[in-house]
Amino acid sequence: MGEKRVVLIQGNEAVGEGAITAGVRFFAGYPITPATEVAEYLSKRLPQVGGTFIQMEDELASMGAVIGASVGGVKSMTATSGPGLSLMLENISQAVAMEIPCFIVNVQRTGPGTGSITPAQQDVMQAKWGPHGDNEIIAIAPYSVKEVYQLAIKAVNLSERFRVPVIFLMDAFLGHLKEKIELFDPGGVEIFNRKKPTGPPEKYKCYEPDETGVPPMADFGSGYRSRIIGNMHTISGDYSRNPQVFDELLRRLQNKILNYLGEIQMIESLMLEDAEIALFAYGMPARAAKAAVMMARQKGLKVGLFRPITLWPFPRKEVSELARRVKSIIVIEMNLGQLVGEVDRACGGKTKVISLNRVDGLNVTPQNIVEKI
Amino acid sequence: MAKLQPQKELLQTYFVTRALPTTWCPGCGCGIITQALVRAIHQSGIEKTKFAFVTGIGCNGFIPRYIDFDELHVTHGRAPAYGTGLKLARPDLTVILIQGDGDCFSIGGNHIIHAARRNIDLTAIVSNNFIYGRTGGQYSPMTPIGDFATTAPYGMIEPAFDPCKIMEAAGASFVVRGTVASPFQLATFIEKGIKHKGFSFIEIVNQCPVNYGRRNPERMGVTGPNMMKWLKDHTLPLEKARGASLKELEDKVVTGIFVEKHTPEYFEGVQKIREKCQRNQSEI
Repeated sequence: MGEKRVVLIQGNEAVGEGAITAGVRFFAGYPITPATEVAEYLSKRLPQVGGTFIQMEDELASMGAVIGASVGGVKSMTATSGPGLSLMLENISQAVAMEIPCFIVNVQRTGPGTGSITPAQQDVMQAKWGPHGDNEIIAIAPYSVKEVYQLAIKAVNLSERFRVPVIFLMDAFLGHLKEKIELFDPGGVEIFNRKKPTGPPEKYKCYEPDETGVPPMADFGSGYRSRIIGNMHTISGDYSRNPQVFDELLRRLQNKILNYLGEIQMIESLMLEDAEIALFAYGMPARAAKAAVMMARQKGLKVGLFRPITLWPFPRKEVSELARRVKSIIVIEMNLGQLVGEVDRACGGKTKVISLNRVDGLNVTPQNIVEKI
Repeated sequence: MAKLQPQKELLQTYFVTRALPTTWCPGCGCGIITQALVRAIHQSGIEKTKFAFVTGIGCNGFIPRYIDFDELHVTHGRAPAYGTGLKLARPDLTVILIQGDGDCFSIGGNHIIHAARRNIDLTAIVSNNFIYGRTGGQYSPMTPIGDFATTAPYGMIEPAFDPCKIMEAAGASFVVRGTVASPFQLATFIEKGIKHKGFSFIEIVNQCPVNYGRRNPERMGVTGPNMMKWLKDHTLPLEKARGASLKELEDKVVTGIFVEKHTPEYFEGVQKIREKCQRNQSEI
């Protein structure tokens, strides 16, 4: 495998290959269109690299098995679409509380209900607010097959670094889109593995945070005693009803992420330096938005693009700063307005926020955007 | 049976004394299950660090809180799913699930039958006390017809499951039922389950005086001792139950090993696929 490999591959395969490069060796999932190819691809690939694929009885079980494998010390993932994500929320919330590194791919489709298998971006708020409780998770939205591959590696690294579920928000277009990409030489990629305890086992407390707020994580069976628990717990993993313990735990779960935004936030800016109108787009619509920026510039309009790649935590500071510089921000989404609310909140009335929505199961086109400009 | 280990030695070796006393109600059988479990672990001779517990929601889910093992305390009903992931990641570990009748056969019914079907090498210990004890006495899929619960104030109208029959039909390769009234037999059953390669299912008929006994004094009595006496009087070993009439089986708890067979274990299949792939590496 020493040489570089160029392959023609679809998004749903690229995400699996990226995860393998990042060290994922366990997949548990349940078939659902338009995410099924992720499972099909990994059912073939994982055994080749000594990993395990299992098709579980449902999505609840899939997410449970993913957590179980991660606790055993194996990087693990699942893939689903909206209706499946709804079922996984219970155990995603549990993974947040237990601080379990795991990678969750959501190839979004049209909802609500069974909806349709057509592309959409309707689970953006669900990824953050779907699970019960205060959930500080990380969500990433790639916009090309190359990015799917590369960001899958980044996503798995972030989940290991912060002991948190990382949700990958693709859509049916991107999942099925085939593009030529270059696969990394596995030796040449930066891989982050969860921090493990190094001190004497008898002194180990399984939820005692390090200086960044993340507790070193022992594998089960390593001799370090672990009590992995979703109840409110002390730093020893003991069940607790102490109000001070609740407060410290919930704030730490949030701050271990919010204090390190520099490691998490990814934003692409295009021609924003002199822009009067900023397009705000993520995932597939950002491709149309890039074309729209060029078309508008040819007409002499000062338009730029702000593309958040990390959607959660939301880049509030950056959007707020953008709001001071532009006359308006057009938020382009394949839903009826989800992140636009966050943009509006970040802008705080400093600029005009306009929503451009498409929910007919088709992609936003550059023409749609230029008309709005 | 191996020489019985004195309680004091078990306490020193396996219990987390900082967590004691337990939070269980007076007369609860969960303490008896804990002791039987620890005896079984001791008798098995397997190294302490090689055990991992996956526990559900309910009174029995607290058992590992008081003993010194790695524990994954999971969502309601999902222990077989979490355990499946853990066992596949770490086939070197002895993974024990602890669930209750509601956790395992109501909200988690789908997971337990598929774990049994796969015959994955997990040991499922299910405490059946005929009620949701932890939430205060609601009916479970094991509550007998006519019995009372906080959500069955006029009497239970749903028929109950027979957990061992479900597990046998689903493909579990070791199925056994014991009761808290026979704790040493229970330890032997658990030890056999731990050592069995494949999915082992251990139903333990348990007593819940506070949330079941009080509401159904006619069935097993109200207090812990009365309920235990009822269990002793109504236990029918499997050998005697075979050929007994329906009338004779009424109100009886049939105990013993229902299934003990050797069928292919799930991880063996995973390993075979890996070996096949690695022999015949295909390009992506």
